[in-house]
Amino acid sequence: MPEQAGSGGNVSIEKGEEGALFIRFSGTWTIKEASMEVEGLLASLAGYLPVQEAVIDAENLQAWDSYFISILAAVQDFFTDHGIKVRFSGLPEGADHMIRLASRPGLSEAAIPQEAQEAFLERMGQGFQKLLKDIREFHEFLGEVVLGVISLFSGKNRIRYRDFFVYVQNAGARALPIVSMVSFLVGLILAFVATVQLKLFGAQIYVADLVGIAMARDMGAMMCGIIMAGRTGATYAAELGTMQVNEEIDAFLTLGINPVDFLVVPRILALALMMPLLCIYADLLGIAGGAVVGAGFSDITLRQYINETQTAVPMTHFFIGIVKCFIYGLIVAIVGCRKGLSSGRSAAAVGRVTTSAVVTSIVWIILVCAVITVICYVLGI
Amino acid sequence: MAYGDFVIQRDLNFTIYRGDIFVIMGASGCGKSTLLKHLIGLMRPARGRIIFGDVDFWEVPEQVRWSLMEKCGVSYQDGALWSSMTLSENISLPLEQYTVLTSSQIRKLASLKLSLVGLKGFDDFYPAEISGGMRKRAGLARAMALDPEVLFFDEPSAGLDPVSSKLLDDLILEIRDSLGATIVVVTHELASIFSIGSNGVFLDNEERTMLAAGNPHDMLKNATNPKIIDFLTRGTGKREAVCV
Repeated sequence: MPEQAGSGGNVSIEKGEEGALFIRFSGTWTIKEASMEVEGLLASLAGYLPVQEAVIDAENLQAWDSYFISILAAVQDFFTDHGIKVRFSGLPEGADHMIRLASRPGLSEAAIPQEAQEAFLERMGQGFQKLLKDIREFHEFLGEVVLGVISLFSGKNRIRYRDFFVYVQNAGARALPIVSMVSFLVGLILAFVATVQLKLFGAQIYVADLVGIAMARDMGAMMCGIIMAGRTGATYAAELGTMQVNEEIDAFLTLGINPVDFLVVPRILALALMMPLLCIYADLLGIAGGAVVGAGFSDITLRQYINETQTAVPMTHFFIGIVKCFIYGLIVAIVGCRKGLSSGRSAAAVGRVTTSAVVTSIVWIILVCAVITVICYVLGI
Repeated sequence: MAYGDFVIQRDLNFTIYRGDIFVIMGASGCGKSTLLKHLIGLMRPARGRIIFGDVDFWEVPEQVRWSLMEKCGVSYQDGALWSSMTLSENISLPLEQYTVLTSSQIRKLASLKLSLVGLKGFDDFYPAEISGGMRKRAGLARAMALDPEVLFFDEPSAGLDPVSSKLLDDLILEIRDSLGATIVVVTHELASIFSIGSNGVFLDNEERTMLAAGNPHDMLKNATNPKIIDFLTRGTGKREAVCV
């Protein structure tokens, strides 16, 4: 009578007369004390085939829980698959009940969709169709935003100004600390790099030109765009995504309130309004960061540095930076809101759209920056 | 029970016996779910004690408290399944944390638990891919993962049609019979209270205390307080028409 043992339970297998196979469970069979692999037991049972009948005996069982039932279910399935009748003997009442509960058909088993294997070309086609759909939906969304802004300014639509000012505060004043730190440090780093190189030619005075032009034309706007994509764009996507999960967006729709007018337009306006101001602030702090290095680590004085900056950076550069930053603001807000509204209805989906909002915004910011730079070059400004 | 200085319920004194299906009932806002949070160790009572077996839940070291909580399973109102995991993974997680079972054993157990709640074959589905009623069942399967001694249900029938609600009640009875677990149910569904409740407590939100405790049928039969009669007869006052 071969015997197998888990840490707390034993099972013995014995072939009886008239072709019956007795499988006797004894001891403790619980989740906490389990260590037997059911595959090993099934392999042993296979060695006794063929048999007429399998008798599972649990007369000497001391303790059990669903772990025991999972073993029994596997043994029962094994014999049933081999067309052998299974009989239980001495099962505890609850165990008997649980086996019956587990072996009844599932709720709507027949309705479980089978995943179809798709060919490569089919997947490509579906991917392309999805891309076209996304593009179409994005343009529809853009159209809705434009209509929402127009109807707001023509007085046909109203927004909750209390919410709007909260958005303005979040996108403006509350972003100042991080914008300050990043812009100042970017100016400082640019100045360091420039000082080291220009010192070789005794041309340190041009550090002011480089830092001033770089900050005013590009870096101030770019830093604001990237910071706001990670900060405000992500917030918009997560907020609207969570509203989607909680069916708050559906509630707007069923009340006949367009969520774009009510939720998206004020957010976009708030960020678009604040971005130029943040850009001016970032430009000035970047130039200040450059001045610290330019005047502190070379022969030129602070007065000379400021004079050189004033001469080298005309207002056109600032205007270009401000226009860029305004566009970046629109990108961040539109992408964040669009991603949030298209979120699925789960926590994971909200995480996905938030990440996607940040990445998409940054990619678009860099693309747009490149395009504007080329346009400015062609126009000679 | 209190939130800061705001007292939700006071002078609560009742016993839940092994093998009971204990119903916490009362009108909306009376503190049923708050009481449940106290019972499952998510909130500490402002005053008083919660005795688990012969152990004062909040007086024992944290490690002991965790081992007590291991003996409890909670089925939340909407299932509270982790959306990034399949149903099987949802059930497997507590087994991975608290047992030394191999991954194949865990998978089999998870599958068994899903079969027990009527979700055979749904192992690889994500919560978002199944209906609300199925999510409740899957939440119950997860609550049963470690074969708990006490199973708590927060509004199991909420949002379900009468047939699904009845099926879930039957399932609760079956789980009690097969697992031998003690079951605590927060509900205000009269059909459930009378069909599965063997014992219970009635909370009131105006007096902020319990008005009665005991078997729901006896509670209705012996009630003199109009609030209890109104609640248990859906405001009709006709006791004989309600008892099932």
